[in-house]
Amino acid sequence: MEPMILNVERVKKSFDGFVAVNGVSFSVKTGEICSIIGPNGAGKTTLFNLITGHLPVDEGRLLFKGKDITRTPPHKICRLGMGRSFQRTNIFPRLTVFENIQAALVAHRGESLNFFKPVESFFREETQALLERVGLKDFAETVGGSLSYGFQKQLELGIALASDPELLLLDEPTAGMSALETHQTIQLVGRITREKGLTLLFTEHDMEVVFSISARILVLHQGRLIAEGSPEEVRNNSDVRKVYLGEAR
Amino acid sequence: MSKENWFLVILILLLLLLPLSESRFYVFLGTDILIMGLFAVSLNLLLGYTGLVSFGQAAYFGVGAYTCALLMKKASIAFPISFAAAGVFGAIVACLIGFFCIRLTKIYFAMLTLAFSQIVWAIAFKWNSLTGGDTGLIGVSFPAHLDSPTRFYYFTLVVVVLSLYLLRKLVNSPFGRILTTIRENPERTEFIGINVKLFQLIAFMISGFFAAIAGALFGIFNHSIFPDFIFWPQSAEVLIMSLLGGIYNFFGPLVGAAVLLYLRMQVTSFTQYWPLILGTILALILFFFPGGIVGFLKNQRIFAKWNR
Repeated sequence: MEPMILNVERVKKSFDGFVAVNGVSFSVKTGEICSIIGPNGAGKTTLFNLITGHLPVDEGRLLFKGKDITRTPPHKICRLGMGRSFQRTNIFPRLTVFENIQAALVAHRGESLNFFKPVESFFREETQALLERVGLKDFAETVGGSLSYGFQKQLELGIALASDPELLLLDEPTAGMSALETHQTIQLVGRITREKGLTLLFTEHDMEVVFSISARILVLHQGRLIAEGSPEEVRNNSDVRKVYLGEAR
Repeated sequence: MSKENWFLVILILLLLLLPLSESRFYVFLGTDILIMGLFAVSLNLLLGYTGLVSFGQAAYFGVGAYTCALLMKKASIAFPISFAAAGVFGAIVACLIGFFCIRLTKIYFAMLTLAFSQIVWAIAFKWNSLTGGDTGLIGVSFPAHLDSPTRFYYFTLVVVVLSLYLLRKLVNSPFGRILTTIRENPERTEFIGINVKLFQLIAFMISGFFAAIAGALFGIFNHSIFPDFIFWPQSAEVLIMSLLGGIYNFFGPLVGAAVLLYLRMQVTSFTQYWPLILGTILALILFFFPGGIVGFLKNQRIFAKWNR
């Protein structure tokens, strides 16, 4: 039996009576590339926020590497080895690209309570290496907020990778990107995932992307999981066709 | 040594020579600016670096002033101990108040800091037997060996320079960098593995410590302490100093304090409309130079090379 890196068990969340996530259960195997799809408002982002601890779950249980993280705060979940990107780009806009990555390294390597050494000297080589990995080495001194949208997403990926995650959660990594940017980002994500042997769980609206890189697809509709399987199985599932594929295209 | 450091060394030398002018006015103004400058920089650790708009900074300033003076006057404790105790007590009060404030964000955070500072003010105002209430603490004298305006000026200069040195090291440290990431994006900072609330609380305590040190200096400088030190306009004034000088530069608030205090002294000597003039200047700065005076100067050609 392959070990599960993430177990989501009957997780439920409602906002003022509106049930956003309704008893969802699934598991992610170590090393797997898995995607969650579903129409707008299906509860994908809420589900992510529950997994990363940004929202408290109402019911159910979450296990990460076999450890219960149902009530664990986000910063501790991150330290356990989970990285994430957000749907709306989430970088440190007024810091340079270099400083963005460096700060993430400082945080992850436990230097954040160092009060007196100049921060400039910390992890210079590691920062440079990460910048190269996400294709931003020419922009080290650029202010993060002035990068193009696609580059900001790449920077966010770099920030997430700085904390050496075993499981990487990407919330719509190509949202708002041009076709070219989408292609490049997916190439990049795929390459890094393979090189570092990461487990990847992502949400996406672009079907082409989803079917091209995921080994397994979960379909969420109105807060419930309605299908789960290989791209082929999901493509041929009649429920999915009805609520999602048929409706979208 | 960088150009900025050379500039600072020259500035400190000039400040050391200031009493040679034999002008009581400049020694007085210099002491005032140094103390209020430290107060403003302490606030800016929260405002400019951590992104927390504290509207109750006067609470720690007042706590520092009362603590130091009361320990000296009523308990006859030696000045160095009273002075250090003021800083420590300021940090403790900041820790208590901060514990509740950081649970809220944005305007709610600002209002809660204001509410707590008004509570501290009310205590100082009503606790007649300890603080002298409305009348205040009169007759706070210079401690031994610092018993002239010039000697006290030098003492203030040493304390402020040392404090600013430590604070500057702090903001350029990994801890300081994490504070700026919290300012930029608390949600993301949480998910690089940082306990954001803990860091905010530590920043609060450090800020409270230095505000209280400034307050302790000011109480002695002023020879008396009034509840007005803690009243909300004092919190607003230090906020204005920071914005005026520029909150995205370490020395901005110090420059803001210098400009505001100097202008006030000049302007009030020939008109009573100082608030009107201050309001106008502030509005112009906010509209046209959101980076404050220092932010504006740094963008100019002549000073551009000073940027890193």
